[in-house]
Amino acid sequence: MAWVLDHLDLVWSLTLTHVGLCVPPIVLGFVISVPLGYWASRSSAARSVLLTAGNIAYTIPGIALVVLVPVVLGLPILNPLNVVVALLLYAVAIMVRSAADAFASVAAEVRQSATAQGFAATQLFWRVELPLAGPVLLAGVRVVSVSTISLATVAALVGIPSLGSFFTDGFQRNFAVETLTGLVAVLVVAAVFDLILGGLGRLLMPWNRRRRLSSSAAKALSQPIPTTGRF
Amino acid sequence: MSIEFRHVRKTYPDGTTAVEDFSVTIPSHSTTVFVGSSGCGKTTLLRMINRMVDPSEGEVLIDGEPVSGIEPVALRRRIGYVMQNSGLLPHRTVLDNVATVPVLTGTPKAKARQEALAQLDRVGLDRSLANRYPGQLSGGQQQRVGVARGLAADPNILLMDEPFGAVDPIVRDELQQELLRLQRELGKTTVFVTHDIDEAFLLGSQVVILQRGGIIAQIGSPAEILAHPASDFVADFVGAKRGKRRLTAEERSAGDDVLLVDAGGYPAGVISAPDGRLILAGAGPKSRSVSNKTDQAGDA
Ligand SMILES: Nc1ncnc2c1ncn2[C@@H]1O[C@H](COP(=O)(O)OP(=O)(O)OP(=O)(O)O)[C@@H](O)[C@H]1O
Ligand SMILES: [Mg+2]
Repeated sequence: MAWVLDHLDLVWSLTLTHVGLCVPPIVLGFVISVPLGYWASRSSAARSVLLTAGNIAYTIPGIALVVLVPVVLGLPILNPLNVVVALLLYAVAIMVRSAADAFASVAAEVRQSATAQGFAATQLFWRVELPLAGPVLLAGVRVVSVSTISLATVAALVGIPSLGSFFTDGFQRNFAVETLTGLVAVLVVAAVFDLILGGLGRLLMPWNRRRRLSSSAAKALSQPIPTTGRF
Repeated sequence: MSIEFRHVRKTYPDGTTAVEDFSVTIPSHSTTVFVGSSGCGKTTLLRMINRMVDPSEGEVLIDGEPVSGIEPVALRRRIGYVMQNSGLLPHRTVLDNVATVPVLTGTPKAKARQEALAQLDRVGLDRSLANRYPGQLSGGQQQRVGVARGLAADPNILLMDEPFGAVDPIVRDELQQELLRLQRELGKTTVFVTHDIDEAFLLGSQVVILQRGGIIAQIGSPAEILAHPASDFVADFVGAKRGKRRLTAEERSAGDDVLLVDAGGYPAGVISAPDGRLILAGAGPKSRSVSNKTDQAGDA
């Protein structure tokens, strides 16, 4: 405990670094996955290609990716951008499926009735389909958020600072308190992100609060969460 | 705003022919009902009017103008559409749902909402419901919102696809009466789809009985169809053959009312006959007030 109190500055700065690594992939992953997921919900061919690609990408071990990305991008191995790109790949791999399910969960009835009222195709997307896909999209982002925060610790293995540095350092020095500190910090960051996302969901989707989920949305939400934390 | 179907045919991409060859003229300012059992092509026909479905052959004309020449989105904004389970936008409040079309056509939001409040009054909804979401309403209330939304832009044409199909009989009865009242006030050219023959006779001044493939079994006023069913199919469909609608007066000393029984001997309704003399409502459709309400629809 004394160690933690002595190193609060380090804990705080590594937490900020960690958050800095995680936010871009979560946000960009969402932005990229929404159009891909929409496409997948429209065409069964696109769906099978995108989801298979996502599954394969998700199978690549994190450490292999962190080593491979700089080679592919031609960046110095210590550039944090490598980690961001690797995390983004995972984020999209998970999020495309959620986004496809999210758009599929929009009731055909509502879409048809909106068309009948005179929504043009782009208005239908922005004003009807995207908001109604919201609850399932949010569930996907929450999974991506937790998974990204956990995965980002791998960065430490290639020498890029993150909360994972507490793991590598604690391991090398055989100092459990440090490893434990890193673990708690990761959990706290994940919890805070999840609270923020939940709050955003309630703010942006007030209509969703007391509504029973349509059966297809409920099904999409109850799919097993992919396992995270691959060392 | 009369609507004319001219030899329309619809074959869907998967090869299903939903409508074979359908021609009908729908007069303006009155209600025409398409009635038939499930899958006979009612929805397909209805959606040809607002171009949700384009016919494979033939054409639909509104006041003599082919709809194929009208841009679909613009066309839909000037035609009201109400469907089963209301099809309301679950993420918008009641008021915003009602204001949908006026907002789409560029009415400022505040003004559209103000007018939407008046629409709520018109369909008998309490203004206190204005800020609720559709998921917080009963099925009957949702249908009323659906009707208010369909009328909000004051369209000349109103399309209704089994709008009362999913509510209980008592609420359905209320909604039907409400629609009759609105129709008297507004005189829209209304096309109403149902599989309930009672509903068809109650609401329609012209009733089109359909068979599979959009084939017209009979077209006419409810009185004409009841009095002269064109075929066994129609007689069966309206229930005349099974005696559901062949009512006999039974002598009863219950005040001025005479009990009517159907061919099976079951009480079907009463008719006023002060001093043993029947009150005749005059010739024409009005005499259908005799038809019984509890009878569930010649099992369409
Ligand atoms: N998009 C479609 N693709 C292929 N076939 C269709 C499509 N829509 C309808 N059909 C078929 O066309 C026929 C008529 O369908 P339609 O929906 O018009 O019937 P309906 O009279 O409205 O039936 P219901 O009372 O069940 O609503 C049915 O056989 C139906 O299966
Ligand atoms: Mg139908």
